[in-house]
Amino acid sequence: MIVEQIRDIVIQHARLSSKPEELGPTSDLYTAGLTSLTTVHLMLALEDHFSVEFPDKMLSRKTFESIQSISEAISELQS
Amino acid sequence: MSASTLPQTHDQLASILEQVHLIGRESIAPHAEAVDRDARFPVEAFDALKSAKLLSCYVPEEFGGMGLTISDLSRICEALALHCGSTAMIFAMHQIQVACIVHHALGSTFFQGYIRDLVEKQYLLASATTELGIGGDVRSSLCAVNVTDGSFTLEKQAPVISYGEAADAILVTCRRAPDAGRNDQSHVLVRKEDCTLKPLSGWDTLGFRGTCSSGFTLTATGAAEQILPVPYAEIHAKTMHPFSHGVWSSLWLGIAMDAMSKARAFVRAEARKTPGTLPPSALRLAELDTVLFSMRGGVYQSIAEYNQLLREDAPDAFTSNYGFALRTNNLKIATSQFLVEVVGKAMIICGISGYRNDSKFSLGRHLRDAYGAQLMVNNDRILGQSSTIQVAMRES
Repeated sequence: MIVEQIRDIVIQHARLSSKPEELGPTSDLYTAGLTSLTTVHLMLALEDHFSVEFPDKMLSRKTFESIQSISEAISELQS
Repeated sequence: MSASTLPQTHDQLASILEQVHLIGRESIAPHAEAVDRDARFPVEAFDALKSAKLLSCYVPEEFGGMGLTISDLSRICEALALHCGSTAMIFAMHQIQVACIVHHALGSTFFQGYIRDLVEKQYLLASATTELGIGGDVRSSLCAVNVTDGSFTLEKQAPVISYGEAADAILVTCRRAPDAGRNDQSHVLVRKEDCTLKPLSGWDTLGFRGTCSSGFTLTATGAAEQILPVPYAEIHAKTMHPFSHGVWSSLWLGIAMDAMSKARAFVRAEARKTPGTLPPSALRLAELDTVLFSMRGGVYQSIAEYNQLLREDAPDAFTSNYGFALRTNNLKIATSQFLVEVVGKAMIICGISGYRNDSKFSLGRHLRDAYGAQLMVNNDRILGQSSTIQVAMRES
């Protein structure tokens, strides 16, 4: 499932301060410790894994705020 | 609408730029490599630009054009250069000639009719300023226009007439009359059908190869009303000098921006290979963006000042304005040097992928084009003029 894959990538690359098991699909990743700089690493890992490119207009806090919002963005890029 | 109330930018600029980018992606970029390799005129690009009526975008609306300002036009030049430097350069050079007519000749019935024809038929205008025996000093001529009974004859040995063979007409600088001094110049519109171009030299250069800037002996005839109704000195100060450096600098900025984009795409691809760690080249990318920042700032600031002066249209705004002439020279010198710096640094970031001709990160054409910027009106000649002005200036 795409959501599970994203969750693994978030845990591996987002350098969060909260515990992985506390991370639900709608958990606020920024509250969990994601910063604008660590977002870049997360984005690169997502681009590599899903073979997509985030256009500038999608590089917003809203896109990366939760696993669910990331999943929606990836689906949009893949469509 | 009076000149002082004209908007700084056209309200349709965003949609016009969108159209330009579409043309860029569909009709310009796919042919950029062939245009460069074969040193051929970018036919596909100009067919598309003509269809979109963009060759007359600087013509005031009352004569059928889009009524764009120099600020708008500069953004179009910048956008075109993201796709092909030669196309952007030809477009810019054409618009300089249009501006000479728009700024200085629309009081004449003949030129009013001509500019309407240009809008309708999307004429492409070229320029013959430099001359054998004079070199690059465009404020001097050896050849003279000879007027008798309402007609003229003119012969000029022009070492460079960019896209001369593709153009519909050529604006030629020359002495006002056979007994006039070298600096007492006129500007004459020569129709292609009324002139012969005998080849003098070809155009096999490092960069801007698609501009097809071969040399010709131009022999022309025409009606006396085709001579622009003001001295060339005035046209030079208000239009030829600042307009040229403005639109050229804008397209150089576009080339630099495209080089930056390639470098950024390269670093991003590298970064994906090493999750969690940015490659060392990312630092160079950040550094390069500060250079591009200075380059862009200089271009936008200079063009905003020129736009403002054109809007105010004060009588001596250009002919007695040392400060503005100096800033125009600074724009050209700084931007042409920044271009080489940006493209060179982008190439180092892309490494061998940028150095290769067969890679999507190739920067060969950008680098070859970049070196042309300092030579077209040589920076040393401009610095020479600036040094004279510097002595007269009292304030920085």
